[in-house]
Amino acid sequence: MNGVADVLTINKLSVGYRDGRQVRQILREVSFSVPQGKTVALVGESGSGKSTIATAVMGLLPKQRVVQSGRILFHDPNGEFETELSKLPDGAFQKLRGNRIAMAFQEPSAALSPVVSIGAMLSETLLMHERTSPGDARRRVLQVLAQVGFPDPEAAFKRYPFELSGGLRQRAMLASALICKPALVIADEPTSALDVTVQAMALKLLADLQDEMRLGLLFITHDFGVVANVADEVIVLRDGVIVEQGAMADVLTKPQTDYTKALLAAVPRLDGPPFELNTPHARGTAVQALSPVWKERIGPAPGTPLLELKDVSKSFTARKRGFVAADSDSVDAVLGVDLAISAGECVGLVGESGCGKSTLSKLILRALTPDSGTIRVNDGKGMVSVADLAGPALTKYRSRVQYVFQDPFASLNPRLTTEEIVTEPFVIHGIGDHRQRLRWAAALLEMVGLDGNMLMRHPNAFSGGQRQRIGIARALALGPDLLICDEPVSALDVSVQAQILGLLEGLRQDLGIASLFVSHNLAVVRAVAARVFVMCRGRIVEAAPTAELFANPRHPYTKALLAANPEPDPERKLDLAALMQGRASDPSAWDEPYRLKKGAKARYETVGEGHIVAVA
Amino acid sequence: MLRYAVERLILMVPAFVAIAALIFLVIQLPPGDYLSNQILELKSQGDAAGAAKAEYLRKEYSLDKPVIEQFGVWLGVWPGPRGFSGLLQGDFGYSFEFKKPVADVVEYALGPTVLVNVLAVVAIYLIALPLGILAATKQYSLRDYTIAGFAYVAMATPGFLLALIVLVYANSWFGVSIGGLVDPQYAEAEWSFAKVQSLVAHLAVAVLIIAFSGVGSMIRRLRANLLDELRKPYVTAARARGISETRLLLRYPVRMAIIPFIADIGNLLPSLVSGSVIVSVVLSLPTVGPILVRALQAQDQFLAGFILLFAAALTLVGTVVSDLLLGLIDPRVRLGQGHER
Repeated sequence: MNGVADVLTINKLSVGYRDGRQVRQILREVSFSVPQGKTVALVGESGSGKSTIATAVMGLLPKQRVVQSGRILFHDPNGEFETELSKLPDGAFQKLRGNRIAMAFQEPSAALSPVVSIGAMLSETLLMHERTSPGDARRRVLQVLAQVGFPDPEAAFKRYPFELSGGLRQRAMLASALICKPALVIADEPTSALDVTVQAMALKLLADLQDEMRLGLLFITHDFGVVANVADEVIVLRDGVIVEQGAMADVLTKPQTDYTKALLAAVPRLDGPPFELNTPHARGTAVQALSPVWKERIGPAPGTPLLELKDVSKSFTARKRGFVAADSDSVDAVLGVDLAISAGECVGLVGESGCGKSTLSKLILRALTPDSGTIRVNDGKGMVSVADLAGPALTKYRSRVQYVFQDPFASLNPRLTTEEIVTEPFVIHGIGDHRQRLRWAAALLEMVGLDGNMLMRHPNAFSGGQRQRIGIARALALGPDLLICDEPVSALDVSVQAQILGLLEGLRQDLGIASLFVSHNLAVVRAVAARVFVMCRGRIVEAAPTAELFANPRHPYTKALLAANPEPDPERKLDLAALMQGRASDPSAWDEPYRLKKGAKARYETVGEGHIVAVA
Repeated sequence: MLRYAVERLILMVPAFVAIAALIFLVIQLPPGDYLSNQILELKSQGDAAGAAKAEYLRKEYSLDKPVIEQFGVWLGVWPGPRGFSGLLQGDFGYSFEFKKPVADVVEYALGPTVLVNVLAVVAIYLIALPLGILAATKQYSLRDYTIAGFAYVAMATPGFLLALIVLVYANSWFGVSIGGLVDPQYAEAEWSFAKVQSLVAHLAVAVLIIAFSGVGSMIRRLRANLLDELRKPYVTAARARGISETRLLLRYPVRMAIIPFIADIGNLLPSLVSGSVIVSVVLSLPTVGPILVRALQAQDQFLAGFILLFAAALTLVGTVVSDLLLGLIDPRVRLGQGHER
């Protein structure tokens, strides 16, 4: 050991999954080490075994998983002794966990108990490991809360997780890992559940703290953009085997293996040549088979207006509790939105959680009714108001606008077969008999790149990407003119993400189906959309043709989103100045002339060909 | 928290009035009432004097008035023949079946009813909670199977059957009579240490028999709930912070798993009161259950109404208790999800 000592050394670790009498290998002879004060990023797609490494180090492997061979050595720089974690008895391990080795979890809302306050949780952890007075413990807790960036630690002490925003929850999570000043921290996708601007702040914080506390950090992620911003070394994992490892800049710029190259190529980027989408075509026979259902598609000629939103607003009033009337707490979910989609066009809608993009989708679906403004649709003869549709016209409209959901695991009923899922639209609309429906379902599967004979399987027999294809097949069943895709790839691995994006683009080209592509990820939107609308706090803040928006962003919020998007490029680290200390999504913090008061609609200025920007 | 508690308490009042109205309406639903049935019978027997007396009672208790007015008189918010005299004034009405005031009929039954049933609720929680936790923490072990098997049997055993079995064998094996609340020899005796001993023994047997099936179902549900909670990420996260197993178990998953059972306290009471009727008959416990059955059969409306209302009041109190406990244990209830303080 020369220079820096390794806090963690993993030597030929193999872990198996016991399934009855069989043992399936999850990790095969994995070896690496984490030096003190350095960050090692563990990258891989779902199922690659990266979380198994984390739980093995923590000694928290689920019962069915067993360490078959190999050693996990922990070298505590405080005291210079070495512990073989893989042989440590439970009681001794418990004294290390949370104390010398700590872990930050992916989903803070699930990993923090809703019934224990932040302060109680942190004090508990501290008192478990150190003999100290309650007063001193409280002081230490407040100190760590301030350290992870709580503006008011005293108030945060009393808060419960559900009272905090996602970003603050993740900070509480970090605080719980850091409270005992550990030597090694394992961070399992700590920022993937966060909005990009919040993620950028969290990454910065983590890097600062690591520096300050000389932590060894094992950072697990699937996102190469994040890797480029935090890691010193990178390990690429695939099916339980390390395929590549080395210094971060080397791996990202000069990947040696085909697998790493493919993974890197699948990441959509903000600049450079637009993402090359592999769009599968040749679905003539499938379209032919579906013609009895689709013959009535209205399908306005490409380029003609399909849907038009004018000055649409929708606000929600928080439910009042108790008899004593609190101040009415009304939130403008959508405020004065103008948006138009042409037939066969893909329009991107970008914004962070809570910006109103889901409400907007629901307004278009007529699952919600706008408070004011109009939504009009082209019914083949002319533009008609969606609000006035009734009876058969409304049923028709509902079949023309379909929804693709974000989470392919939650949006398919696990008890139905694929056939039942895909034929359900026909059943609901009373189209065809059983044999016809079966034929159509097979054609739909073929159209989305699945095999027609998979119809009898249940969703759990499919991977995430395949499930999303089933969801798309279901949305296509009735021959829609508009697909509303709500974050359709955010739950998928990058390589799968690229395939699904290609599929959607191919469908658009072949069938002329327009789509509203809702996403928080600008790079993804750039790959598919012709025009992009940026939304923040219920308002459209900027809209432009895609190339123009990325070349020439005007609005401070758009700039912040662009700056916060981590790029898998060691030369382009996050630009934190543009994030305005996390206030980028607060309209009252924007510079003049962009600053907007609460409840004020924006005015739009044209700054280029089809490029508008919101001003006060 | 204080505001939350006050709100819960104030909400009890309209709920109670609504329940009272509903009970009164339901009792009034079948045609006729106790007295008009009796008058018809007496008239057919030619007993004019008896009929006249019954007619007098009908007037006295406003049974000849419209339902809504009868309700008002019963509650005590509407003047009847004797002025304002209803529940609010402490006049519970007259039991025609037992031919004495309702208050006298139920006087010696209310106390034991509350005692037996509240103790049964407490017993259910005290027995089922540890057993459920023990079963869930070692899933698919001998311990788990034993407890789950016991729960299964407990759930499937009818209370009255168990009561009969215990009654018979306690007598034939030990020569003890477990019927009633005390041994017959103490029934009329002054309070003494021996009588208290006898009371405790009888009470314990009765309470355990009534609680038996409740224990079974709670073990099973608690085990299932806890198994779900044990898989949650916050349990792993707490373990990763190095919290010791026992502390972790009680403070995190158990606390979450018992939330539905605390919300259940209010529901448990009435189901025990009505479910224990047959057990009460078998064990000759002086609870209101058997009296209620008789009152309902005879359309003795004031008596039936009062007992039902009493059970409803127990339920309401149980609900408020569970609301307050929930508020204590679950900040989401106390603070309201997604709201600022």
